[in-house]
Amino acid sequence: MGKAKTIIEKIWEKHVVSREEGKPDLLYIDQHLVHEVTSPQAFEGLRLAGRKVRRPDLTYATMDHNVPTRNRDEVKDQIAKRQMETLRDNTQEFGIKLADIFHPDQGIVHVIGPQLGLTQPGKTIVCGDSHTSTHGAFGALAFGIGTSEVEHVLATQTIWQERPKTLNVHVQGNLSPGVTAKDLILAIIAKFGVRFGTGYVMEYTGDAIHKLSMEGRMTICNMSIEGGARAGLISPDEKTVEFLRGREYVPKGEAFDKKAEEWLALATDEGATYDHTVVINAEEVEPQVSWGTNPSMCVPISGSTPSLDEVEHRDDVKRALEYMGLEENQSITSIEIDHVFIGSCTNSRLSDLQKAASIIEGKTVKDGVKAIVVPGSFGVKLEAEKLGIDQIFKAAGFEWRESGCSMCLGMNDDIVPPGGRCASTSNRNFEGRQGNGARTHLVSPEMAAAAATHGHFVDVRKFSAGVLN
Amino acid sequence: MEAFKKHDGFAFPLNRTNVDTDQIIPKQFLKRIERTGFGAYLFYNWRFDNEGKKRADFDLNKKQFDGSSILLAGENFGCGSSREHAPWSLLDYGFKVIIAPSFADIFHNNALKNGLLLIQMEEKQMLEWMKQAEDGTFKLSVDLENQTITDEEGTVVGFSIPAYHKEKLLNGWDDIALTLQLKKKIEDYENARLV
Repeated sequence: MGKAKTIIEKIWEKHVVSREEGKPDLLYIDQHLVHEVTSPQAFEGLRLAGRKVRRPDLTYATMDHNVPTRNRDEVKDQIAKRQMETLRDNTQEFGIKLADIFHPDQGIVHVIGPQLGLTQPGKTIVCGDSHTSTHGAFGALAFGIGTSEVEHVLATQTIWQERPKTLNVHVQGNLSPGVTAKDLILAIIAKFGVRFGTGYVMEYTGDAIHKLSMEGRMTICNMSIEGGARAGLISPDEKTVEFLRGREYVPKGEAFDKKAEEWLALATDEGATYDHTVVINAEEVEPQVSWGTNPSMCVPISGSTPSLDEVEHRDDVKRALEYMGLEENQSITSIEIDHVFIGSCTNSRLSDLQKAASIIEGKTVKDGVKAIVVPGSFGVKLEAEKLGIDQIFKAAGFEWRESGCSMCLGMNDDIVPPGGRCASTSNRNFEGRQGNGARTHLVSPEMAAAAATHGHFVDVRKFSAGVLN
Repeated sequence: MEAFKKHDGFAFPLNRTNVDTDQIIPKQFLKRIERTGFGAYLFYNWRFDNEGKKRADFDLNKKQFDGSSILLAGENFGCGSSREHAPWSLLDYGFKVIIAPSFADIFHNNALKNGLLLIQMEEKQMLEWMKQAEDGTFKLSVDLENQTITDEEGTVVGFSIPAYHKEKLLNGWDDIALTLQLKKKIEDYENARLV
């Protein structure tokens, strides 16, 4: 028997095209996902050099970042419109499949990959977007790349990569009732910081991780980059296989069962070692709310903003509190919000919407709060509508929109105004992320829904227990 | 890509940690399909107010930092999104070198592809330089070949950089052209997988 290996090493070794001493490895890419914002300059580069796309069949494009989530027939932003048209022209010219704004498979690139079964265990997947780590939930090695690298992958189907170090993020014990995957990943980043994963690929391990649904696992892996790691993944298990069975781009019948065996064999071997391990106890995790301007600035709902005398980087914390319009030692439940955004590649899948809907059913959005739901894909939207989830949201006073990245980064007109405060299920609370001067608080879909009805943050566990209405 | 050998320039101190790519270039400027002209939008929300007027309280807007080309930054510079518009805007604005205790991974790769030199330097040295750079007259000379940074008094500080990165920067090599020399290996790999 060979040396026990992690899934990271197994996938890496299978994809090395060329290895030379003193150089990064040249890795083969199995799936390249493309969107409108980070690709135009890459296609232009190919054209200028007279190059072709090597494997259009391994490339798939959609529009998500700057698509409007209402009145799709008329894109008012002319620069955004030109960017979308450019993607349409480029994909036609180079023979790449495109799910454009009116296509039934359109959606956030990290939602449709798994939905279509393009995302599979053992694949190397890249996309010009840092949240490509999402696909790691399936045991794929998936990471975000820049536009030069997009061009490189289009031209060669390969990428130069330094061999990453491996990091085991081990979750001990079980999550308490009312605590979600989002709370767990926020707690992990709060505990270990925004750069503990830099230079590493993370593997999330432990019972609590494998008890999560595939949607929950995607939420976890999605935010690996917020901890500094380009990629984070979870060894495949039966849930992974069952999620993928029957999807459009996976093999059918016996071929699928054969594939599933290969997938399961990718899981990290017993006794495999990592370059580094961090451990968190799931029992300690409470519902989280971010208070600052990076995702590690996050505390449990029962907590408060930090005390300036007790923090390490006093100036950064002071600046963050000022930007957020908060005092030190301010209780989280006292923070009043005026916007709620349920969506993004972190939390816009069917189960996310179902959970949020279960909280707001029969209740109404607090006066003065603007609340929107943006399903992650057209497919998610249709499924939700079949189940009547849209009706629950609408009856409560939420706006029900078309799919896209939307208010996560506000590239379209879904922005939070200066000074506005948003309970958001997205992944980044950076200054100006949701709009110039906008203040973002990262939360789970359940916590966002509960905040919508109260107008301030509340502990969703009390809500579900009937202590709060 | 333009080759990088040596650069002399004035330093601008940005003493903030975790400067993310949303701060380097906000999303509203990512809709352009060109690769040039992003310098005008660098640090946009810090440089300009809601009416588009220059903010007096942001140091880069101060006259003494006009023409500075070496950015001194805090740890984890460039965290966040994969937008290559970040190095494009830094280069287009006029920065040639960034020195910080650490950089985010994707930003690091993107900078390298564009000939923007990133130098990792311990925090103690950074704080010293930042202090000296406060008035805008602190000049540094960066020599990639010899891996040294020299101040005007002649004090020399060495830095490390992976040999492969150094070679690429010194020669201004185009990655794709290099990779296409390995076309046969890529074909062999693809053929072997089909079996």
